[in-house]
Amino acid sequence: METRWEGLLRREVVPRREAPTGLLPGASAQVGAGPSPRRPPGSPRGLGATRVKLHPTRICRTSPQVRVPGAVGEQSGPSRLSLGPCAALRTPAHRVPCPRQTSLEEHEGYCLIGFLPAPLRVQDTDAMFARGLKRKCADSEDSPPAPPACSLQRQSLLDMSLVKLQLCHMLAEPNLCRSVLIANTVRQLQEEMSQDSAWQVPAPASAGRGPLERLVSTEILCRTPWEQQGGHSAADSGGSPAPDLLSEPPGAPSAQAPRGAPGCAWEAASPRESRGGFQRSLDQIFETLDSKAPRAAEGLFADVDGPYYDLDAVLTGMVGAKSVPGDGFETLAPTGAPPPGVSYKRDLGELDHVVEILVET
Amino acid sequence: MLLSLPALHLQTSEYHPLLQLPHGRLGPWCSPTGSPAPLSCETGCGEGSWILVCRLLVPTQVSLLSMEEDIDTRKINNSFLRDHSYATEADIISTVEFNHTGELLATGDKGGRVVIFQREQESKNQVHRRGEYNVYSTFQSHEPEFDYLKSLEIEEKINKIRWLPQQNAAYFLLSTNDKTVKLWKVSERDKRPEGYNLKDEEGRLRDPATITTLRVPVLRPMDLMVEATPRRVFANAHTYHINSISVNSDYETYMSADDLRINLWNFEITNQSFNIVDIKPANMEELTEVITAAEFHPHHCNTFVYSSSKGTIRLCDMRASALCDRHTKFFEEPEDPSNRSFFSEIISSISDVKFSHSGRYIMTRDYLTVKVWDLNMENRPIETYQVHDYLRSKLCSLYENDCIFDKFECVWNGSDSVIMTGSYNNFFRMFDRNTKRDVTLEASRENSKPRAILKPRKVCVGGKRRKDEISVDSLDFSKKILHTAWHPSENIIAVAATNNLYIFQDKVN
Repeated sequence: METRWEGLLRREVVPRREAPTGLLPGASAQVGAGPSPRRPPGSPRGLGATRVKLHPTRICRTSPQVRVPGAVGEQSGPSRLSLGPCAALRTPAHRVPCPRQTSLEEHEGYCLIGFLPAPLRVQDTDAMFARGLKRKCADSEDSPPAPPACSLQRQSLLDMSLVKLQLCHMLAEPNLCRSVLIANTVRQLQEEMSQDSAWQVPAPASAGRGPLERLVSTEILCRTPWEQQGGHSAADSGGSPAPDLLSEPPGAPSAQAPRGAPGCAWEAASPRESRGGFQRSLDQIFETLDSKAPRAAEGLFADVDGPYYDLDAVLTGMVGAKSVPGDGFETLAPTGAPPPGVSYKRDLGELDHVVEILVET
Repeated sequence: MLLSLPALHLQTSEYHPLLQLPHGRLGPWCSPTGSPAPLSCETGCGEGSWILVCRLLVPTQVSLLSMEEDIDTRKINNSFLRDHSYATEADIISTVEFNHTGELLATGDKGGRVVIFQREQESKNQVHRRGEYNVYSTFQSHEPEFDYLKSLEIEEKINKIRWLPQQNAAYFLLSTNDKTVKLWKVSERDKRPEGYNLKDEEGRLRDPATITTLRVPVLRPMDLMVEATPRRVFANAHTYHINSISVNSDYETYMSADDLRINLWNFEITNQSFNIVDIKPANMEELTEVITAAEFHPHHCNTFVYSSSKGTIRLCDMRASALCDRHTKFFEEPEDPSNRSFFSEIISSISDVKFSHSGRYIMTRDYLTVKVWDLNMENRPIETYQVHDYLRSKLCSLYENDCIFDKFECVWNGSDSVIMTGSYNNFFRMFDRNTKRDVTLEASRENSKPRAILKPRKVCVGGKRRKDEISVDSLDFSKKILHTAWHPSENIIAVAATNNLYIFQDKVN
């Protein structure tokens, strides 16, 4: 027994990467009957800090073969519950523990590239999300111009979900269960948002075309080039929706609204095209997952000039996924998309600003 | 189809049964601080006493620190590391499983290794020391692979290990990663032949001219050597990631389940398998549900269940048709409208399903609860236990940091009277189905010394926090216990916390 144990210790002194087939004195394991090709020599394993190039206006992601420890549930990254506004970045699910990025300043710097449109306090959002706010939105029918708080929360949740979807879409090994659950959540959110826009149809003067107008307007927004995004970002920076959320008292009763009537109204307003577009985008994700050909990743290697930055591969992936306009929107927000497209453009505009600042300093 | 088996009642051991209060004992029941521990009833949720047998590490660390007081240098397993944060990710334990007698305990980790522990035989001179588990065999089960066609890396992480019942001197187990299942034979060798004619002692061929006599090789004893050899490799049958394997009660077949399909294999045939469940829609755009776990009935070789991400369980009978897409029974609990939120579907996704040893009940684990179902009643579970309901208000943050997708497992004890599952902050929970009492225990290095009694822990949700309680916001969500195992006949449990394996047993008088 002692011999075996010592043998084990001796073996493990050698790092795992260099002695993968070391045989123990106590066990003769012959692994693998069939051909099991190893990774191509060039692909990095993904653990630890990865050097990534940053273009001033575009951020390229690393090769899809970079292995990000994406196994859900087996993470060993830090994830305390008391999350601040930078939570999503500080503790993303697939964050590789990078010993160099421990200073708070670095985190704060990256927090500007957050994907949440407004810094939400966790406790309040949790309370509000947990109970569901359908009733609240129905009550606020008479004030259509101001977007109700619940729709902002839904918006942020939708953004978060879409980024998660895109993230796992880009991972080397997409987790189908996770993607399905997130996609179902997105569908549910999108349905509720459409229903809410249907609720507000009778209230405004331009009744019949209310929701459709809104959708059309976002469609126009989505089509505009980058210059307009800069303008949008300047207008929406600062997290203005945040005070609304925080001041909203929690405690709305759960959703009891029957789905039948709003469903009909929704179909009457016919955002079917946009919904179809959104559905198409979700379907594209699944098809891509099915075929497992991250073609979007290839397009990002176009511009690789620019200064080098050490970045967490996942962080780069998240940021990079958002920064490429054409590709990202092909897969997730086609031109006919409802509100998600707006916040995406807004975030990307901010992202551009921030990256330029980072590059200049 | 009635499954009317009586519940299996194991003889209560001569040691005090699990989860009974210790009556009037103070002396030997010392807490780690040295003062007598309070009686379990005082703490409110005390459920007997669990002590730490040993804490085993997947051995990668080089620096070991022996304990100050109990210098037990023979057993390196009992020593504690100076700093366990050096554990590499490849050492994270991803599955734990006792064999059918409980003598062996197998663990698989993210690096594709399988480590088997064997229980020490109780010696005559140390009757009070129950058997501890020591390393028996270690082998690399799966290697990382690369799928050139899809340009994807296949992880070598061991998803599941399942033992076969022992039929000869060797032990057999199935281990699987995302794509390939392997049957391993673990055998001992303690004799070797000596005295060959054509080879010398080192194995080199002898010059035939020097051979002048003939002799018969004899078997001589040697140091015990444990060998692990792969006997079968079942590959290329799954497009999606395998999440469970289950050995059939006929011991000739087993099934492997991935996200959308379940395949039935024969142990002897590796180049083909039968597909018995396929829920892949013709149009992948319509995919809304995936298979999360599957298991065979412990006694009926034609029955199995599989759970889905929508919180439903389907029981299928293979005698009904070759393709079991149509279920025989469908278990689903109607949703509680008062608890509805955006995350209702995600938290209802079942992460583990287990038959009871009797075969009459199934237990399912979703994110916040454990449910026990009677196979004869499909419309609702017979028991529901809240594992960590204080997280219900934190679902948004848990969604943000992806903890909401954690897949916890659940286990029955040998007599189906107690169920156990893991939680965060290295807590794990036990629920007694008969007395309806539950306890929260912690598997951590700081609080546990060998033979020390585990103190019940409590999470406080309100404003006032008592002395030993921990508040919800200080829970560490990176320390989660996903994998646990219970000895088939005794009250010994194995708990995997990241790269540490804790083995606890109930206190013996």
